[in-house]
Parts: sequence; structure tokens; C-alpha cells
Amino acid sequence: MGGSIFQYDFIIKGLLGAVFASITAGLAGSYIVSRKMVFLSGGITHASFGGIGIGYFFGFNPVVGAAVFGIMSAMGVEYLSVKQKIREDSAIGILWAFGMAVGIIFIYLTPGYSPNLMSYLFGSILTVTNADIIALGIMSVILIIYFSAFYRTILYISFDESFARTYSHYVNTFKYITTALVALTIVLNIRMAGIVLVLSLLTIPPNIAMIFTKVYSRIIVWSVISGFIGTAAGYTISFFAGIPTGATIIFTLVVLWVAVKVFYMLFKRIRN
Amino acid sequence: MANLLEIKSMSASYDGNIVLEDINFRVNDNDFIGVIGPNGGGKTTLLKVILGLLKPCKGSISFNNELLSANTIGYLPQISTGDINYPVTVTDVVLSGMMIRKKILSRMSLTDKKRASEVIVNLGLSGLEKSPLNELSGGQLQRVFLGRAIIGDPKLLLLDEPGNFVDSTFENDFYEKLKQLNSRMAILMVSHDIGIISSHVKSYACVNKNLHYHPSSEITNEQLLAYGCPIQLITHGDVPHTVLRQHNHS
Repeated sequence: MGGSIFQYDFIIKGLLGAVFASITAGLAGSYIVSRKMVFLSGGITHASFGGIGIGYFFGFNPVVGAAVFGIMSAMGVEYLSVKQKIREDSAIGILWAFGMAVGIIFIYLTPGYSPNLMSYLFGSILTVTNADIIALGIMSVILIIYFSAFYRTILYISFDESFARTYSHYVNTFKYITTALVALTIVLNIRMAGIVLVLSLLTIPPNIAMIFTKVYSRIIVWSVISGFIGTAAGYTISFFAGIPTGATIIFTLVVLWVAVKVFYMLFKRIRN
Repeated sequence: MANLLEIKSMSASYDGNIVLEDINFRVNDNDFIGVIGPNGGGKTTLLKVILGLLKPCKGSISFNNELLSANTIGYLPQISTGDINYPVTVTDVVLSGMMIRKKILSRMSLTDKKRASEVIVNLGLSGLEKSPLNELSGGQLQRVFLGRAIIGDPKLLLLDEPGNFVDSTFENDFYEKLKQLNSRMAILMVSHDIGIISSHVKSYACVNKNLHYHPSSEITNEQLLAYGCPIQLITHGDVPHTVLRQHNHS
């Protein structure tokens, strides 16, 4: 009896997690992929580990610490590259490693063993709490509202920032808000896929979509769909095969990407 | 003839380096002014000041607010500013020119979309509405960006080195289009290539830190002297052209 209730709860959690992860990662991912911000997002992801360590040490929710660190590192890269004239990729590289270092030091200083540490690095659906799912759900709603209200504004700033400055004084505001939302999306998905793997959850689905469409709105929709297929399939496989969730999801997404690419090439060859 | 904007004893600088000094300049509603001068002479900086992207460090720029504000200026930048591989279609890019009237909230109405397809047809881009930019030729790209600059029906159109990506087959069409547009809007065209623009503009502004305005479209020796270096006007083709004699250094 207990086993079946546990299983039911597990399935619902996994299904909702897959839906919300693919919505948030699809929207934020389309933005970072088309703006070529993947490396910056990698920096945000790893820097957020510093917040996780501090959360452990001081005994508050590590996800909150990760969110603060994620957003601060995104702003930090902007500050170092624009105001201090440090090359952007160098600034990212520095903050990337600095966040990891802070995280490791604080986790080392925390008394006792941290059993959840591996789940933060590689992701595990077992440790995903209901609060995590609710947070991802709220984030999905926020991103859907934000991207549908400001679709063209975001599109045009991303495409040609200097032209956008000729008609709007809000270019920087939009850039900061969108980057902060990307950072939050990454942090909230860390529980699902883990710090090491979460970036692929954002980058693979848009790249699957971009094989067959070059229209931004369609890239978003197909990112969410392919993200859901990969996440749900990966989750199911990991459940039955008893292997880590995050790794299985990413592996499934890459297989999907290759399959779509091959299928599309064959399709084009037959049509010509 | 109504005055659109007036610049009075204006200076502009980057990081303390004066690029433009004591500029006095006005643009009227049917002007077609060629802005010429050497690279680094401040031509693009002048456009930036007019667009409000750079605040003058001295002097003033004032707009005739009945006809023009900083947000109703059409702008064709040098091609390098947009990311050609970004996933936008021709229609998206042309529509983005409507943003000069929309500010933040960015819904495009059916009227806007109809306008965009009219502009696209008018510029000879029919059939490319849904194409991504990286599938277009240089000349087609230029027309897309021209479409973006004019869809908002601006009263002033700023063109920054449009000759840089003109393909020769479209060159005459392009300048013919500008001539038509000039009946509705003033045009300020930056170029370092006097040869190309001399047969199209009505007057000149020579910019090399200072600005000298020349009401007629003929190029005189004095104008070339503003360069402070020898200028060669070399061209080939069927179009009759003039080569001025080289002038001595002063």
C-alpha cells in the first residue's frame, strides 16, 4: 500500500517537474542560445554553488542562497566587463571558479556529512521537494507572462541592441531583468538536473528547434515541446533503470537532438 | 520650408577626447544633406548626438517638437550592428521600426503588419517575408534595414554609410528610392565616398571635428580641403563622372 502511494506521488512530482522544467528552460534557453549567452549562463550556474554552500553552513534553504549568488554573478560579470574593462569571458571564468570555491569551503566547514551534496551537483528527483515544484510552477507563470507581454521588445533588443537604444531608454533595464530571470530559472532547475548538467537542459532544446525553424516564437514553442519529451522520457528511463535522473535526461535530450538532425537531413534529401 | 532641428555651438567627446567642436547646424524638412569627411572625423558621432545616444558636452540640440522628436527619427546604421544569424525574419526586422512609435509595450496591430508587408513589397522584397536574414544578399539586407528605418514614417532619416553594403545592381534603385522618400522626409546621409553621393544629395556638410555646411551640391576645392589630405575620386562605369584636380596641402 505505502509503496503505491509513494509511487503515485513520485510520478506526479516527476510529471509536474518535467512540465515546469521544460517551460522555464525552453523560454530562458531560447533567449540565451540565440543571444550567444551560453557561457555566461554556465558561469551563473557554477557560481550559484557558492550560495548553496553558504546556505548549508548558515542553515537556510540552499536554493535561496543559490538564487542570490546566481543573480549577483550575472550582474558581477556585467560590472567587471563594462565598468572595469575586464574581458567578458575572463570575468565569467573568474566568477565561475570563485563561486565553486566558496561553495566547497563552506560545505567543508559545515559540521557533519552533507548527503544532498551529490544531488546538487548531478540532480536527483528524489530530493526534489514539493516546494521546489511549486517554485518552478510559479517561475513558469512569470516567464510566460513576461515573454508574451514583452515578446517584441526582447526580440528586438536581442537582435540589435544598438538600434534599440535609438528608440528606447529601457534597453539596460530589460537586459538586467531578463538575465535575472535566466539566473533564477537555472537555479530552480538545479534540483532536477544538477549544477554540472543543468546548462544542457537550457541549450539542447533550442538547438533541436533551430534544426527546422528560424523563427524565434517557434523556437520557443518547440524548445518547450522537445524539452518535455526529453525530460519525461529521461525521467521514466531513470526510474525503471535505476540510474541518476539528471544524467539520463541530458543523455536522452542529446539522443533526441541527433535523431532530429539525422531525420531532418534525410527528409530534406528525399524532398529534393 | 520648416526647420526640423537645430544644433548650436555644440561639442561632443568620448572619454574627454573632443570629437566634434563648436558645431552649428540646422536641418530643414526637405533637406537631403550628404555628411562627408574622413574616417574618425566625427560623422557617426554627429548622428549619435542627433539620435540622443550621446549627450553633447557643450552647446545644445533642439528639435521642432511639432514635427520631430528624438523618437521619430528613422535610422539606417552601418550593417555591423545587428546579429545576422539571430533568428528573426524579414517581417520581424521591418516591424521593429514601428518601435520608434511604441516605446515599451510592444504588441503589433494588424495595421502595423499590413504596413510592414506594404513596405516589403515597395522595396522589392516580396516572397522573402519569412526568410531569416542570413539567407539574404547584401543588397537585400540593406533594403530590409531601410524598411525598418522608414516604416514608422519618420520626418528625418539618418543613413550611416549606406554605400558600404550596396550591391551595384541595386545601387541606382536605392538612390532612386531615397529621392522618392525625400519628398516626405529630410535625409542626412553619412558617407566617406564623395563620388557616389555627389549626384544624389542637395547639399553637403563636411565634418572633420568642425562642420562646414555647403548649400549647393557641387563639390568645390575648398570642401576637399576640409579633409586635410589628398583625395582621389576614382570611379569606373558607364555613368559620366567628374574627376577634380588634386589640391595642394595647406
